[in-house]
Amino acid sequence: MSYISHNGEDLRRILHAIGIEHPDEVFSTIPPALRCGADLAVEGPKDEESLRRELDFRPSRVVFAGGGIYCHHIPAVVGALASRQEFLTAYTPYQPEISQGTLQAIFEYQSMMAGLTGMEVSNASMYDGATALAEAALMALRIKGIRRVAVTRAMQPSYRSVLKTYLAHAEVDGIVEIPFDRATGQTELDALAASVGPDTAFFIQNPNYFGVIEPMEQVARAVSNTAGFWGVAVTEALSLGILKAPGEYGPDVVLGEAQSFGNPPGAGGPLLGFFCTRKKHVRRMPGRVVGLTKDREGSQAFCLTLSTREQHIRREKATSNICTNQGLCALRAAIYLSAMGPEGLKKTALQCAAGARFLKGLLMDKGIAPVFSAPVFHEFVIPMLEDRLNELKSTGIVPGVLVSGQYPEIPGSVLVTVTEMNTQEECRWLAANM
Amino acid sequence: MAGSEYVTCFPEVREPLLNLKGGPGKNKRLLPAPFDTSGAHDLPGTRDLPDLPDVSEVETVRHFTRLSRLNYGIDHGMYPLGSCTMKYNPKITEEIAARLAPIHPADTEAMEPVLKRLAQLQDHLGKICGMDACSLWPAAGAHGELTGMMVISSALKSRGEHRRTVLIPDTAHGTNPASCTIAGFATKAIPSGKKGYLEASILRQHLDQDTAALMITNPNTLGIFEQEISAIAGLLHENGSYLYMDGANLNAIMGITRPGDMGVDCMHVNLHKTFGTPHGGGGPGSGPVLVRKDLEPFLPTPRIVCNGSGAYVLEEEPYPESIGKVHSCLGNVSVCIKALAYILSLGPRGLREAATTASLNALYLKNRLKKLFDLAYETPTLHEFVLSDTLQKEGGVTTMDLAKALMDFGFHPPTVYFPLVVAGALMIEPTETEPLEELDRFVRAMENIAAMSREEPEKTHESPLAAPVFRVDEVWAARNLTLTWPDKRIQPEEKGI
Repeated sequence: MSYISHNGEDLRRILHAIGIEHPDEVFSTIPPALRCGADLAVEGPKDEESLRRELDFRPSRVVFAGGGIYCHHIPAVVGALASRQEFLTAYTPYQPEISQGTLQAIFEYQSMMAGLTGMEVSNASMYDGATALAEAALMALRIKGIRRVAVTRAMQPSYRSVLKTYLAHAEVDGIVEIPFDRATGQTELDALAASVGPDTAFFIQNPNYFGVIEPMEQVARAVSNTAGFWGVAVTEALSLGILKAPGEYGPDVVLGEAQSFGNPPGAGGPLLGFFCTRKKHVRRMPGRVVGLTKDREGSQAFCLTLSTREQHIRREKATSNICTNQGLCALRAAIYLSAMGPEGLKKTALQCAAGARFLKGLLMDKGIAPVFSAPVFHEFVIPMLEDRLNELKSTGIVPGVLVSGQYPEIPGSVLVTVTEMNTQEECRWLAANM
Repeated sequence: MAGSEYVTCFPEVREPLLNLKGGPGKNKRLLPAPFDTSGAHDLPGTRDLPDLPDVSEVETVRHFTRLSRLNYGIDHGMYPLGSCTMKYNPKITEEIAARLAPIHPADTEAMEPVLKRLAQLQDHLGKICGMDACSLWPAAGAHGELTGMMVISSALKSRGEHRRTVLIPDTAHGTNPASCTIAGFATKAIPSGKKGYLEASILRQHLDQDTAALMITNPNTLGIFEQEISAIAGLLHENGSYLYMDGANLNAIMGITRPGDMGVDCMHVNLHKTFGTPHGGGGPGSGPVLVRKDLEPFLPTPRIVCNGSGAYVLEEEPYPESIGKVHSCLGNVSVCIKALAYILSLGPRGLREAATTASLNALYLKNRLKKLFDLAYETPTLHEFVLSDTLQKEGGVTTMDLAKALMDFGFHPPTVYFPLVVAGALMIEPTETEPLEELDRFVRAMENIAAMSREEPEKTHESPLAAPVFRVDEVWAARNLTLTWPDKRIQPEEKGI
């Protein structure tokens, strides 16, 4: 299939206007030694039916898998509105006069994310939660006196990995991991107090990777006057529908993953990183941001702002290199939050929490106790060997995400997640087949 | 004046911010509720009802539909943003990528065919670029640059070297130096020659034992092919330095010449430019990194491998020299699948035809416009070219005025004030998918604007008149920083707010 519109007559007109006889003459400046001798060895061309047939992906089965990417209900309006070509095929809104749709929607996304996290400002999006964490650490390290990064071991392993990748190339005196209590699954407060000082940027995930809700009041008390900078990572944005806004505990940043807001798991991406902070840090904040303004006649309008922090102006001194981000995913989040409303978000979060408790009860009846004792949001760790996990996967049910691979100290463990997409019947089936 | 070509705007309702719509109890959505929530009240630290707009489904649909109509997309018309490659995004690729939506990455059985296709994309990108290995995980072009420069940094460390400087020609994108800084390098801008491309003799003067790499865009942002690229690669390799290529402009050369054959060691491509995936109003894009064999050990994890039984799986180990993970999962998977569908749809000849036609269309515009606007460089160009406002500036008309005036003729403006080597630059890239009639319509618009600049220059300052809002005050936005919604909308009569 070709998406070129020219017919023979068009081509003749173009060649004539340029003053050449053969199309290949346009490449006269490319040295002959560098020219491809033969056609590339790629497949195609293919018609649409062939593509439909060959790129057929098996639909997912029943899943109890989460661990940072979640299956939630997406109202039909989200896909219908976000796939409008005016949103889908537009560029980054550098020309505000003809991009007010994208700009206002992203401004609304920023407003709702700042409100949900209890922070003052939000940027326009990040690639994902893990890079949001890494960028938050880089932002903290630009503050005078901060030289170390501390992160809870109960932080999602892939987030810690990405953080390590980024910090390997930065000026930092080291990354400290704060252990978790093996009985409760919560971060050890004594270890936390001992490892965090004015030279430290500290990051905690809540609910943590094990689904466990961290004792945030005590954590805040331990770090708010000692840590040079601290942040809360939220890898399940839906928890913001029921848990207290993390901003109320007083962190410098709240960041994480908002895929749950209207974006499907999508085989692993695109995801939607979010980044919220305080006004005092706004000029250090990475990424794009939309601001309110007015046009020449004084009417309300929106535009990208604070661009003096950014790479196209500041070049090597920019606060980050982010250019294209996850705009359409942020738009989907805005539409999702509009469609769900305050009651819908809260009810759905409660459904998730109730589902996890329902499944936990069924498992307890069978004598299977969760690995950790502290309260959870909608996922929890259970004892299960990797072989059994794989056996169950081949029967058409995905019971969860393997934990022991990343945490050798908890051998034979799996993280099980329940959302409003699961049914009581599915939970009973899983419990019966453990 | 051909005023008849002004677009007329169907009167749209000015749409207020969402927080000023609806009210308590308006949202009557029935949601899935499989569980009895009475058991969930042991949750510690709960909140009051979140502060979100409460609107009905119809209000949500009207709100975002009205917003969408304030936008301009590629399906509306030409989007000649230089170095952004705003080509038509085939609908079939959207349909196919949508099939991935319900798959959770922990569902290994459902993931296997996805990984197989991602491996095929890695293979095809390798063949298009003439490179040996590929990682699809970077989520955008700048993320790809950063990943690539981390690969180079790790490779240098493994050689026991501590080279700190990356040379970047003055025509480069701003992301290049910013990415280098995050990867721990210092950058040094080097001038491209008078002809608009980097001369090996200039590069030679800047090379020393601290030179880690040269980061170059080819063709560069003037649309000029870097004709001395082979000599440049030779000089760098002799000096123990790497050649990094920013593949932002790969569309101009795919199927014609391969970066690997030019001596490129490491590069990224932008799937949302060259391979027809939509830009989404600012992402998600995708910026795969490609390397030569010797840099493969340093690529990010996980790796896609075909195991003994012929199944495609992800491997985290053993890759001791890998830079590690750059994304919490697998990058922008659906964007990758769209790009694969695009490549398969076109096939090898189609890719070549796309590159050729991209240059034909650009040269057609250049030849018709260079009589009216100053052409920055005489050197032959490929898929894009740079004009400037030199001729119009005498009458007080700037590049910004020209760009905004184009909106009144129904076009998205070109890239403006970039590259920095041309004062008042207008960088034009029509891409291969523009019909000749659309190119002609653009020429007529530019002719009209050139005439307006001569005859009524003050009129251009008022443009746009046909866009949803008048010229937007970006300075005001930065001075009166408001990043979340206020309680009421700005009204024309309240200019002072």
